Amino acid sequence: MGETPHRSAHAGTGGTRVTSGHEWPAGASARVAETSGNPRTPIGNGLGGGGGLPKARAFGAERAFRGLTLAAGAAVLVIIAAIAVFLIAKAVPALRANTEDFWTFEGWFPNDNPPKFGIGALAFGTVLTALLALLVAVPVALGIALYLTHYAPRRIGTGLGFVIDLLAAVPSVVFGLWGRDYLVGPITDLSTWLNKYFSWIPIFGDGPYGSSILLGSLVLAIMVLPIITSLSREVFLQTPTANEEAALALGATRWEMLRTAVLPYGRPGIIAAVMLGLGRALGETIALALTLGSTYAISFNVLQSGGNTIAANIANRFAEANDTGRGALIASGLVLFAITLIVNITARAIIYRRREFTESAA
Amino acid sequence: MKLQRHGAIACLALTAVLGLSACGSDNNEPTGTSASGSAAAVDCGKGTLNAQGSSAQKNAMAEWIKAYQQKCAGTTINYEPTGSGAGIQAFIAGTADFAGSDSALKPEEQPQADAKCAGGQALNLPMVIGPVAVVYNVSGVDNLQLKPGTLAKIFAGTVTKWDDAAIKADNPDAKLPATAIQAVHRSDESGTTDNFTKYLAKTAEADWTFGNAKAWKAPGGVGAAKSDGVASKVKGTDGTISYVEWSYAENGGLKKAKVQNGAGEWAELTAESAGKTIAGAKFEGQGDDLKMSIDYNTKEAGAYPIVLATYEIVCSKGLAADKLPLVKGLLSHAASAEGQADLVELGYAPLPDSVRTKVEAAVKNLS
Repeated sequence: MGETPHRSAHAGTGGTRVTSGHEWPAGASARVAETSGNPRTPIGNGLGGGGGLPKARAFGAERAFRGLTLAAGAAVLVIIAAIAVFLIAKAVPALRANTEDFWTFEGWFPNDNPPKFGIGALAFGTVLTALLALLVAVPVALGIALYLTHYAPRRIGTGLGFVIDLLAAVPSVVFGLWGRDYLVGPITDLSTWLNKYFSWIPIFGDGPYGSSILLGSLVLAIMVLPIITSLSREVFLQTPTANEEAALALGATRWEMLRTAVLPYGRPGIIAAVMLGLGRALGETIALALTLGSTYAISFNVLQSGGNTIAANIANRFAEANDTGRGALIASGLVLFAITLIVNITARAIIYRRREFTESAA
Repeated sequence: MKLQRHGAIACLALTAVLGLSACGSDNNEPTGTSASGSAAAVDCGKGTLNAQGSSAQKNAMAEWIKAYQQKCAGTTINYEPTGSGAGIQAFIAGTADFAGSDSALKPEEQPQADAKCAGGQALNLPMVIGPVAVVYNVSGVDNLQLKPGTLAKIFAGTVTKWDDAAIKADNPDAKLPATAIQAVHRSDESGTTDNFTKYLAKTAEADWTFGNAKAWKAPGGVGAAKSDGVASKVKGTDGTISYVEWSYAENGGLKKAKVQNGAGEWAELTAESAGKTIAGAKFEGQGDDLKMSIDYNTKEAGAYPIVLATYEIVCSKGLAADKLPLVKGLLSHAASAEGQADLVELGYAPLPDSVRTKVEAAVKNLS
């Protein structure tokens, strides 16, 4: 309390000093007085009015901050480049030593002499499990998000949202063990039933059932659910109230309002949420290492025990791998990296293409 | 409701008490037996010993180290289960004082390892016998018995139903269901897989054409991660069959199949029957080097043929003066009758006396 008058008095004196020194217009003097804490206010700019910008200094905070952000940005690139160089340097000798075709051979024996390994079945399994997981998770996640934002009473909505977010905090090994030890039973029964009545659809082929792509995908679906739900919930909450109310005022039912106002507005956000979920699904490691039957074959039969993914294979085979084995696993990691990159680029492209449409809709 | 809660609390208390008493007896036993046992023979050095290698003998090593450290205060012994290959590499590089390995030194590794032993050679001492159980879960079938050829056909995927003629021929009295066989294998690489496939390759050449390796080579089947995953899969799924270390079969309460040995008998897996196969093994090494070649077709009466012998690789001469008493002390405890008897509870088979005395003598000769 005691300081305030003192400071204002000081400012006042400073202000008078500047104005008296340079004969500035009276209007400017008050403004300069406000910032007169800086004694090095530029001098000699006689235009008046705006007072003029501070001169750029060689080593000011402005420059330093700019430098820091630049360094941070550059560091990301340097780190990524360094990782890429390291991975490629490790992978190339293993790929050279491979005596089978890397893309088509179904098997993974890089520790043998001669080494034999192929990525085809693994890449196939990775994409198949991730897509199946999304097929299950996306409708459920959007349903949850719509319910939470537009149907549920506020209190239930926040509570339920919290619970969903909590699901994201469960470690993936817990999901894996749950899938391996518990869910496998119901899935076996479901597989038997599906095979009995729907075996004319080729993906519901013969057994043995259990540790199948179906099991892995369902566990994965539960794992990506919270990501997609939380993101799309945020997106739906962003819908302008005016749009919703306009739809309702035109006589739309709740469902018609969601369809005409909320969903089109949220489409880019939904796509982004789905892509994030897909990223998680593609990279999921331990849950799939525990639930899948780890065979190296390309098969669309999702009921039969088997299937493998790149990340799960790395988790399973890293411990006992020799130099070539590690190189081979790193090469498989590079392929996973490429798949993820393609997926992300596609997602960006979709969002970009849709933007005009959604903006006009919004 | 209330009663139930009391029940739960009582249950918790009971398990806590049981747990504590179990721990207590666990701690007391080794000290008690050690005082009366080989106390005179033990060399107590001072300092730290670093060993690493096979994860198959991890639990055995932990037990021996615990017992030894209780006898000899002030000693620190580290055994890192990094894998057999890594253990041998560390021994050659000089970072491990001895190495545990699932297989004896290969001819190309022997001179490199010998170079570490000034004036001596690197010895392979068989120390831990790990039998591999063939476990299955087929409802209504209790005393499954299998010939090596049938076993090979099942794991190669040529026999796919439990009521196949080949299995029926081995089990004339069993009521076999028509369920599909799920042959479970390890999805990670493992010495157990190596050993099991070696057994199949040696005993059923005609039906098993995939050789032996740490990675599973046969097509099809179902993979499960680690021994724990295999045991859980077999326990939880009807129609499964697999191979797993004995301790996992026991802990999981899994049904173990009898396997036909070279003498034509149906052999059940016990500590004794596994030991008989080891007793019948031939020694290939010279002098104190006790490298063994296990005969999977053993004609020994009552022998269970699928066993894994793991070795300690140690220098016969040239150990540092401060390390020698530690190595000798630990390994002589391991090779003692008492040290081997401690292993049965952990799911290993003790060395038969004929082999054990040789190992004990070899340890005594270390200098």
